Amino acid sequence: MQISHRLLLSGTVALGAAGAVTAPASAQTLNLSVTIPRLTVAEYHRPYVAIWVEKEGATPRSLAVWYDFDKAKGEGTKWLRDVRQWWRASGRTMSFPADGVTGATRAPGEQKIAFTAGKGPLGALTPGNYTLLVESAREVGGREVVRLPFAWPPKPGASVKAQGSTELGAVALTFGK
Amino acid sequence: MKARMLIAGALAALMLSGAAQAHRQWMMPSSTTLSGTESWVTVDAAVSNDLFYFEHFPMRTDGIIVTQPDGSEGKIENAATGKYRSTFDVHLTQPGTYRIANVSTGVMGSYMLNGKQERLPRGTTKDKLATVIPAGATNVQTAEMASRNEIFVTLGAPSTTIFKPTGVGIELVPVTHPNDLVSGEAANFQFLLDGKPAAGLKVTVIPGGIRYRDALGQMDLTADKDGKVAITWPNPGMYWVNASVGGGREGGPGEGGPGAGAPGAGAPPPPRPSAPDGPPQRRASYISTLEVLAP
Repeated sequence: MQISHRLLLSGTVALGAAGAVTAPASAQTLNLSVTIPRLTVAEYHRPYVAIWVEKEGATPRSLAVWYDFDKAKGEGTKWLRDVRQWWRASGRTMSFPADGVTGATRAPGEQKIAFTAGKGPLGALTPGNYTLLVESAREVGGREVVRLPFAWPPKPGASVKAQGSTELGAVALTFGK
Repeated sequence: MKARMLIAGALAALMLSGAAQAHRQWMMPSSTTLSGTESWVTVDAAVSNDLFYFEHFPMRTDGIIVTQPDGSEGKIENAATGKYRSTFDVHLTQPGTYRIANVSTGVMGSYMLNGKQERLPRGTTKDKLATVIPAGATNVQTAEMASRNEIFVTLGAPSTTIFKPTGVGIELVPVTHPNDLVSGEAANFQFLLDGKPAAGLKVTVIPGGIRYRDALGQMDLTADKDGKVAITWPNPGMYWVNASVGGGREGGPGEGGPGAGAPGAGAPPPPRPSAPDGPPQRRASYISTLEVLAP
């Protein structure tokens, strides 16, 4: 219980940093906007969403996983494997809850999250071509993954957009200092 | 008619080998890829024609051995056998890959006593051989058989501790981990026969869901000199993998052990050979059910 609480707090801090102008001038951020579609279905559960970054030849890094982390006995982790591409790429080697990565499921609508280079789950990025992936899997629903390729370091004003078709809406990545 | 005769022939061959492997034997786990700190799988176990529909005969569960990721022996729980299938649970408490296997070994053969050919009783094992052959027996001919039906399930990241070969029968050695299969990607496995690369082994792969399609969709593969095969999965789903030597079953033509010949249509049932042409051949069979995920 205490662990969960601490995780939630750190999540809030990370979110706060996204819009903060007090970050050091050199710290670059990845600002991600993920739209979770509002679906008219008989039985709706908020999706499990995993966000991770891949680079050819490098170990994929999980940045955020939104799931039912606060269920008794960690029951919510049973369905993490249904976020199957992420599970294969990164999730199955992790233990949960994962500090700075675990987060609560999010409601339909535009959800924002930011990651700072050199800090937290994103860590330092060496120059090169990356892909940020967002995968959503919904209980008694479908699954979808969208890919956002980007170069690091980003060009000023660069942005990457992708559009999901079923389980994800618009997904956009911008870069900030 | 023809099919019936073929089945009769196959059954005769199987009874000789003592293995309960008429039709297709299989185990079907509820999941092969699991997350969480602990989890359960339920396994259906049956012998049937259509994969994977329990419609013929249950598989026995008393010989099933669970090997846990650390190599220690686990257990099956809640085993029950019905008319068409058996079912049991395995509690996964360690991260890594579990093996759930039904392995049997034995010796088949015959001897002459007082001018009559006698067969070794079913269930004869190598160590009991001396006690089942009476004094005065002549022309003793024996061959070992080994059958292995195994599935793999993984909690968390796949591990490889359990894949240490025993050196008996046909065994699968992963190049690609059997719980890391994705459609469109080639999976590579090495097969061993009695601990050595099973060069030229015929391997049959059949996708599940047979009941709702006309074509069997069978893939016939031949292991290379190192016993390796590459399988590219056309679709996600459950696949039945089978290989055998010396048995005249799916997986390749039989090498002609006694009783293995299937009579043609209209031919009278062949008499039991009073004396085999040669010594019975080593028999081994391998079965697994592999889950292939969508990319």
